[in-house]
Amino acid sequence: MIVSELGAPALAARLRSGGLRVRTGPVVVNIESPLADVHAGLALHYAQHTVEPADGFADFHVRVDRPRSLRRWIKPQVIFRHDGAEPFTPLAGNQGFAVLEWGLNWCVSTHCHQYLIVHAAVLERGGRALILPAPSGSGKSTLCAALAFGGGWRLLSDELALIDPATGRVVALPRPVSLKNDSIDLMRRFAPDAVFGAVVHETSKGEVAHARAPAEGLLRADQPALPAWVVLPRYLAGAPTQLAPLSRARGFMALVDNAFNYHVHGRSGFATFAGLIDRCACHEFSYSSLPEAVTLFDRLARSA
Amino acid sequence: MAVDRVCEALRRPQTLEALSPSGWDVLVRQARRSGLLARIGCILEAQGSIDAVPDAPRMHLRAAMLVAEAQHAEALRELASIETALAPTGVQPVLLKGCAYVAAGLLPAMGRIFTDIDILVPKHKLGEVEAALMLNGWATTHHSPYDQRYYRQWMHELPPLRHIRRGTVIDVHHAILPDTARLKPSSAKLLASARPIAELPRYAVLDSPDMVLHSMVHLFHNDDLSHSLRDLSDLDLLLRHQGRVPRFWADLVARARELDLARPLYYGLRYTNLRLGTPVPADTLRASAADAPGALVGRLSDALWSRALRPQHQTAADRWTPAALFALYVRAHWLRMPPVMLLRHLTVKALGLHEAPAAAST
Repeated sequence: MIVSELGAPALAARLRSGGLRVRTGPVVVNIESPLADVHAGLALHYAQHTVEPADGFADFHVRVDRPRSLRRWIKPQVIFRHDGAEPFTPLAGNQGFAVLEWGLNWCVSTHCHQYLIVHAAVLERGGRALILPAPSGSGKSTLCAALAFGGGWRLLSDELALIDPATGRVVALPRPVSLKNDSIDLMRRFAPDAVFGAVVHETSKGEVAHARAPAEGLLRADQPALPAWVVLPRYLAGAPTQLAPLSRARGFMALVDNAFNYHVHGRSGFATFAGLIDRCACHEFSYSSLPEAVTLFDRLARSA
Repeated sequence: MAVDRVCEALRRPQTLEALSPSGWDVLVRQARRSGLLARIGCILEAQGSIDAVPDAPRMHLRAAMLVAEAQHAEALRELASIETALAPTGVQPVLLKGCAYVAAGLLPAMGRIFTDIDILVPKHKLGEVEAALMLNGWATTHHSPYDQRYYRQWMHELPPLRHIRRGTVIDVHHAILPDTARLKPSSAKLLASARPIAELPRYAVLDSPDMVLHSMVHLFHNDDLSHSLRDLSDLDLLLRHQGRVPRFWADLVARARELDLARPLYYGLRYTNLRLGTPVPADTLRASAADAPGALVGRLSDALWSRALRPQHQTAADRWTPAALFALYVRAHWLRMPPVMLLRHLTVKALGLHEAPAAAST
């Protein structure tokens, strides 16, 4: 069964009590929330996700709620809870769904050490994965969305590259793509078919909206891909579209710098990144035009 | 009362083979909250049955084991830096708790999660040790004058020192209980019988009975009960490890009385035995029973500790759990300082006065 087959009343009932259990990539999450914007976000973005049985095993039990304080009557806040623990301070207003998404990314990046996890967008074409490691604000998600919605690439993740040390492959975690500020309208124009959720205004990152993960990414979520390219993206207003070669050593360090759990894996982490880089072509990429970027990556995919 | 899957898993790990997916769901959640996920993984690995665990929970066990391994490796690297820093002082630090178990290769090192390094040094060397650490990049963490005085005048340790580049934390102790505490275990006696670690001869650990007694004091006098079950499991493994030497049991009760720690020993033996089935010789239990509290306090203690020595998770709690935890929190403070001082300390904390900057105090 998938979430859209539940229907809105059953979905809301589960979220209010007991929880909605959905699979996202390799993990099963039990989600509870009394908040309407969280219900709407899940109905929209998780419509095609598989509902898992309530008596099975869930990797994470999460809840998005109003904190218990007097503030809930004046300036309401939202809080993310992981099985009762509160890893973040409460945030203002109605950003429940965004908080849920950040919280789920946090759950995966701080617990799923069966993978080496890199802060990166990952896409696939012809069985080969493109890894875009970058800190927040570099234009990684915008480029990722353009390639996934209009570039013929399959979305594996817009945020977390889950690298399996045993196989060297990237495991897919196709989740809603998070876009910020000007990127939101840019993407609406660039990919008119993309489905967007509500725009949230009061986040610390400015305006945030999520685009529903493309259907192909969800249907093929169980298919990992072997990395072929590591590209460091950078959006620069007015900059020409430019792909420059990058030394393998710097490509390696980009993976280390953007890794969440490199320190946990020790020697085997080094070997995994080294093996990955050996298999990849490394580049630096700066852009300001999405159509040009998409054309360039199209050529890259066909070239080798 | 609700289910405690963690104690069950520690007592009878072989029964985990029959655990249902929903049983694993609760066990992983409770064990994570208790800081015992890695330990349960290590126990299953030691008995050769970890590969029989269903894929999803096994990945959580393996991930937690990996984190513990990384922490142990980091702690050993850190010990090398601390050794270099302290070389000019001539002090041989005594390692305490998690770091001691790992460095000395004791049973409770199995899947033990810890980040801070705890060391014990002679009180008259405290200034020298602090200066040597500061020269090598460690800096104090509690900056307000109240907090500095709280630690330096009343507590049994310096304010935690954090390395400015690596972010690692070291707690330098000169005793195992605050100077203001009711019980007065002699640091001189503890230091005198500490023994060097064979593989790390610049460091020492407490003698077997003293290490057990410190673990008990730490558990039963702690105001933070979030990891009490983890501490109980440490104690269980430590008793099983040290208890293999017959002389150990003969010395334990006498040593506890010598160090003014007879009551914590009674609680430690009682609750490891009750909760985790730790084997304790009948003679030792009988001898220690002389240090038991009266019947009323005993019943109250059982009611409180039976709730604290469980996973601190909603699936393991009952309606009295919050009250029990609060009572034990108050008790820990009560044992730590005299009533007037406690009242003053709690008032300062409640009003936030301890956060005041140092400006006017010249």
